[in-house]
Amino acid sequence: MSKLPKPDQLLQGLDLHRTPEKHWMDIKPDFSPGKYCYAVDPQVMIDMGRPNLGKWQPTDEKWPLPEDWKERLLKAIRDRMERFRSFKLFMDICVRCGACADKCHFFLGTGDPKNMPVLRAELIRSVIKGEFSFFGRLFGRVAGARPLTEEVLKEWYMYFYQCTACRRCSVFCPYGIDTAEVTIIMRDILHELGIALDWAMKPLRNSHFIGNHLGLQPHTIKENIEFLMSDIAEITGLNIEVPINKKGAEVLFVTPSADFFADPGIYTFMGYVLLFHHIGLDYTISTYASEGGNFGFFNSIEFAKKLHSKIYEEAKRLKVKWILGGECGHQWRFWHQYHGTMFGPFDYLEVPKSPITGTVFEHAKYHKAVHICEFTADLIAHNKLKLDPSRNDHIVVTFHDSCNTSRGMGIFEEPRFILRNVCNNFVEMPENTIREKTFCCGSGSGLNTDEYMEIRMRGGFPRANAVEFVHKNYGVNTLVAICAIDRATLTALMKYWVPDVVVAGVHELVGNALIMEGEKERTTDLRYRPLKGMEEEV
Amino acid sequence: MNLIFSLIVLAILILIPLIGVGVLGLSSLFAIFIPYLAFAIFFFGLIYRIIDWARSPQPYKITTTSGQQKSLSWIKHSRLESPASSWEVYLRMFFEVFLFRSLFRNLRADFDGKRLIYGSAKWLWLGAILFHFSFLVIMIRHLRFFVNEVPSFVQKISAVDSFFQLGVPPIYITDILILAGLGFLLLRRLVDAKVNYLSYASDYFPLLLIISIALTGILMRLYVKPDLYAIKQLTYGLATFNPALPKGNLSMLFYIHLFLVSSLAAYFPFSKLVHMVGVFFSPTRNMPNDNRMSRHINPWEYPVKYVTYAEWQEKFRDVLEEAGIPIDEEWTNVAQK
Repeated sequence: MSKLPKPDQLLQGLDLHRTPEKHWMDIKPDFSPGKYCYAVDPQVMIDMGRPNLGKWQPTDEKWPLPEDWKERLLKAIRDRMERFRSFKLFMDICVRCGACADKCHFFLGTGDPKNMPVLRAELIRSVIKGEFSFFGRLFGRVAGARPLTEEVLKEWYMYFYQCTACRRCSVFCPYGIDTAEVTIIMRDILHELGIALDWAMKPLRNSHFIGNHLGLQPHTIKENIEFLMSDIAEITGLNIEVPINKKGAEVLFVTPSADFFADPGIYTFMGYVLLFHHIGLDYTISTYASEGGNFGFFNSIEFAKKLHSKIYEEAKRLKVKWILGGECGHQWRFWHQYHGTMFGPFDYLEVPKSPITGTVFEHAKYHKAVHICEFTADLIAHNKLKLDPSRNDHIVVTFHDSCNTSRGMGIFEEPRFILRNVCNNFVEMPENTIREKTFCCGSGSGLNTDEYMEIRMRGGFPRANAVEFVHKNYGVNTLVAICAIDRATLTALMKYWVPDVVVAGVHELVGNALIMEGEKERTTDLRYRPLKGMEEEV
Repeated sequence: MNLIFSLIVLAILILIPLIGVGVLGLSSLFAIFIPYLAFAIFFFGLIYRIIDWARSPQPYKITTTSGQQKSLSWIKHSRLESPASSWEVYLRMFFEVFLFRSLFRNLRADFDGKRLIYGSAKWLWLGAILFHFSFLVIMIRHLRFFVNEVPSFVQKISAVDSFFQLGVPPIYITDILILAGLGFLLLRRLVDAKVNYLSYASDYFPLLLIISIALTGILMRLYVKPDLYAIKQLTYGLATFNPALPKGNLSMLFYIHLFLVSSLAAYFPFSKLVHMVGVFFSPTRNMPNDNRMSRHINPWEYPVKYVTYAEWQEKFRDVLEEAGIPIDEEWTNVAQK
């Protein structure tokens, strides 16, 4: 692994308005340490029933490609154009106006023109012209056409895994061209040769065979939860049990597995549990469908369908009425925009209705899944929660809109409404960096791997820079996000760029603020940090 | 390089009618046959493109949600940015197609020392609006050449367009605005380093072509003043499928103008200019954000094999029993049947 430059050196010489001398078609991808992800271990592809290239790395001069690699790729491209109108159309209608150019966080952090969304799409658009179009072949480069070569393939590997499918560019594109769609499809196409990332595929295999991306076996999940419950007992004096695989529960609660296991997701999980206990919700979690996130979505759509099929088998088996989803970004983009088509209709479930407030979640009447922030916001709006926001007075909070829930779902107000009710110090980041214009953490969509740290820190820079602004000006020390990947990646990002800021989930703050029946006087928050005014007691 | 290539192509396009009509005297070919051919290519080409896009299904509903979703009754959702009904989708599309709403959002990112700042950047939007709307008005004005009795709305638009009454005949405002818009778009491609870097010849060419069309048109109106009666005879004949070469002098400039327009029409369906039609198909804009309210069907959706509960339970039976997590024989029995 390469040594990561210090923060004040990383972006030295970065100029967003200077372009290379050479034509982009002549620039080879730079596979130097820190700037690429490792290729997949062939065993993973074998286990998942996919082709593989054996043991190889993208740094290899000659990739071990099968003889017919070109035909296979071209066939796959044609196939995707027939199956996805989005892909075909996006290849046709771009006018290269450049409105997207400086909207990509990877461009802003690297200055690499191939990170301008328009050029990222040109990487494949040029090949479609060069291979399938008569005029493209005739005019070549002046028409933006080129043939498919091994160099092009290397470029695809580099840049379709240097996009986090955050969709920020699609907000600004006058034709709504969505680079995320192009990236998702191009990764799917690369999979047909067995080209994939190790870090994105191993969690997928875990999710497939074990049930969650961390590979937590059922007894481990239970032990971890018990461990977290003993923390809750210590902090609040309450003994709470979390129902596991309970038949006949009203609600199946599915959340990213990191919430069971990894800091800081565990505090968010403690928040969920306190909330459910507070309102007496009849729910269960599942150790079989123990992953709300979906690593298939970062690799190949078919895998994504395999993984989340489990949620619906589990809903049927446990005979629940509806499904509640935890705080997770791409989980919710995938649930919201794909589940209804892939797994519906859901006749065996009922239209979600809050057993506490009686609110019928009409917006989920077909899909039968509700976001935990929608659920909690409804509880607060109906005054069903006893809250003491001053228990979060020891922190100053800002909210990071996760890309997927923002631009692939549109959940902006619910988490803000909750935050305003559970804490007293909530500040927004600059307006062009939040809501639909929010910046990615820089490591989403399966790129959260250590060997890629330089690019991750560069890609996350625009986000970190906005956090730094509110940290310096308003003393923000807590970055809240409704995404499990954010909780992991922003933690690394903050450590690098803004070390005094920690990352939390919305429901961690809810858990702090909830006044539970029968609890003892709290002196610390869920992380054992003293509450304001309690410094002496601890 | 790209610009020079486009200029050469343009020069050739201008030379073709110069030689074809001026030297070879092929008036009918250039006045009748080529325009018909070009518009046939335009018409059938566009239909082909539309059918081609429509043939591919849109498997998933992937709206780009640039605003609050419709969820709880007391939260106001963004009708334009997160449309929840067809009506709201129509509104969103209207604003996209006619007012370039997404482009209006444009920002410019820059470093201010170590801080990234984002400023408003509406010049691209303005240039695009000037060009597109002027083009539209000019096309409407041209209707007078294709119908016998000029409709009153065409006359009104022309009157408003020459409102300032500068010169004789009065200059049309849109003639100036379209050149301003196109000039800006061209200049931007040359001056802005990023846009320059990503521009192909196929980006300069349509700009140069349309600029040339506008210039030849303006020249004819202000200086050359060809026989308008002859031109209308020809164009009316073309429009009514009763073409005949008029007796009067059409002028060389008119032949060039007509040939460039024909080139644009023939080029249109097979270039990036199809964005005019394609934008209506854009799935991130033309679908409602109602995924959890109603079903969207993917025609090629197929069942997949996944690890079933029964398989999973068998694999983890020991640890499940040891951890006291319930075993479900009932479900696995049902599943086996």
